[in-house]
Amino acid sequence: MTAPAILPAKGAADRLTGTFWRRPRLLLLLLIAPPLLWLGVVYLGSLAALLLQSFYSIDEFSGVVKQEFTLKTYAELFRAQNLDIILRTVVMATAVTLACAVLAFPIAYYAARYAKGPWKAAFYLGVMLPLWSSYLVKVYAWKLILAKEGILGWAAQGTGTGFVIDGILSIPGLQGSSLSTSPFGTFLVFVYIWLPYMILPMQAALERVPNSMLEASADLGATRSQTFRTVILPLALPGVIAGSIFTFSLTLGDYIIPQIVGNSSRFIGLTVYQLQGTAGNTPLAAAFAVVPIMIMLVYLTLAKRAGAFDAL
Amino acid sequence: MRSEASWGLKLAALGGLLFLHLPILLIFLYAFTTEERSYAFPPPGYTTQWFGVAWNRADIWPPLWLSLRVAAISTLMAMILGTLAAAAMARARFFGRDQISLLILLPIALPGVITGMSLRSAFGIMDIPFSTWTIVLGHATFCIVIVYNNAIARMRRLSGGILEASADLGANAFQTFRYVLLPNLGSALLAGGMLAFALSFDEVIVTTFTAGQQSTLPIWMLNELVRPRQRPVTNVVAIVVFAATFVPILIAYYLTRGGSETAGMGK
Repeated sequence: MTAPAILPAKGAADRLTGTFWRRPRLLLLLLIAPPLLWLGVVYLGSLAALLLQSFYSIDEFSGVVKQEFTLKTYAELFRAQNLDIILRTVVMATAVTLACAVLAFPIAYYAARYAKGPWKAAFYLGVMLPLWSSYLVKVYAWKLILAKEGILGWAAQGTGTGFVIDGILSIPGLQGSSLSTSPFGTFLVFVYIWLPYMILPMQAALERVPNSMLEASADLGATRSQTFRTVILPLALPGVIAGSIFTFSLTLGDYIIPQIVGNSSRFIGLTVYQLQGTAGNTPLAAAFAVVPIMIMLVYLTLAKRAGAFDAL
Repeated sequence: MRSEASWGLKLAALGGLLFLHLPILLIFLYAFTTEERSYAFPPPGYTTQWFGVAWNRADIWPPLWLSLRVAAISTLMAMILGTLAAAAMARARFFGRDQISLLILLPIALPGVITGMSLRSAFGIMDIPFSTWTIVLGHATFCIVIVYNNAIARMRRLSGGILEASADLGANAFQTFRYVLLPNLGSALLAGGMLAFALSFDEVIVTTFTAGQQSTLPIWMLNELVRPRQRPVTNVVAIVVFAATFVPILIAYYLTRGGSETAGMGK
């Protein structure tokens, strides 16, 4: 046996290493402090500023923000026109989430259970590229598609199915001169943009469904559709809920899409943007921004109870 | 059960993928159209003149530089902060760990309008004038989580043994970081950086709240969408923006492919 080889500390770096070894908590603290300070000050600080701002009010005559505590601004949220905006946004977010779930399921199901080898990679890239590629470019592409003289109108004319578009545009609530100025267009673009956010968690959940369970279900005499309804769907549900957190939350806050495609009826995001910009009513804008936070908190609590976070 | 997918399922899956990809192709097509006032399909004629027109438009270059500058600085900051956070969170268990991981995730989990409005409120209350740095402040905040996700996945896969081996062979903490940890983390960090760059270069929602009168390339595009001038020029710029996000994403994918932590799962 030789003596333990303890090398003499040669410099400050070596001595510091010794200190880290003896006190691992110190190293941990040094590592976590910068990101924590950044997020704590910049992000949480800003959220606090948002809350603070929402308790201020605006002087109706001078238009100056009065920096004293009041609940007046929150009370304004309950005016009929503002409740309308909130309701419209929630209805849109719900519709978008449901449509995304229906459209995403076959893609996620195929990718999780049948795609192998190069097809698996193709499906993965096929979902990931649209997820990450430029948001604004994607919205713009849909403006081109939905325009009256655009490709959809051209295709409908060529195939004699123009009555379908006219039919949609004559439904009360969805009226517009073309799909690009109808709320249905807004809905389509929302679904397109957020669809990948639904596919990925759904696929992750479906990949975790063990094959043995499906075989057991078949052995016990279940038909394909029975297996689907009673085994696959309940096991995939946490993934669907996880995906719906994204689609719901993103639709609640988005303000670019309703501005570019649709009849410019107001959604929460757009209202926040207009109030802080042209109207200069920062307190009311802040109060409006608190609404999606509250809705998402309720949503997240419900999702947590359904076990959605295991699928994230 | 696993044998073969039914034709209905195959069609629905393939149709879904096409639905995700076909719209983007139109952007390319319309960059070559001779029609500049409407989105007529099929285009009445084809020309490559719009690339030259876009090149000579003086109002495009300053937003492009600003976007590049903001994305570069934000990515750098996010890489430093995200890596530090991942190093701390990868193995250690401590009080408040779950809360910290939620805090890192929050900036992209909540809608951008909230992050934007929050920063706007803070700037308003503290009388901070808008500048490049106010944009960077927002971008770096939501980019941290992208780098963090990539780095922490790689660190979890890394065997703790090699760090101990390095220490046993006499390396101090900094040498271990330089010669052992960094080469192993390299591609994951690069992938995270690429994704962060793509996200920042393209971001518009938070930026509209933190930019004031400044114009990044996405903000320039947004203005053109609301009040179009030469529509095909917007398409040319859209292709540039698309390429500036598409290429980094592909690189990120190839850098991390094959691992359990393939980049992009955590946007």
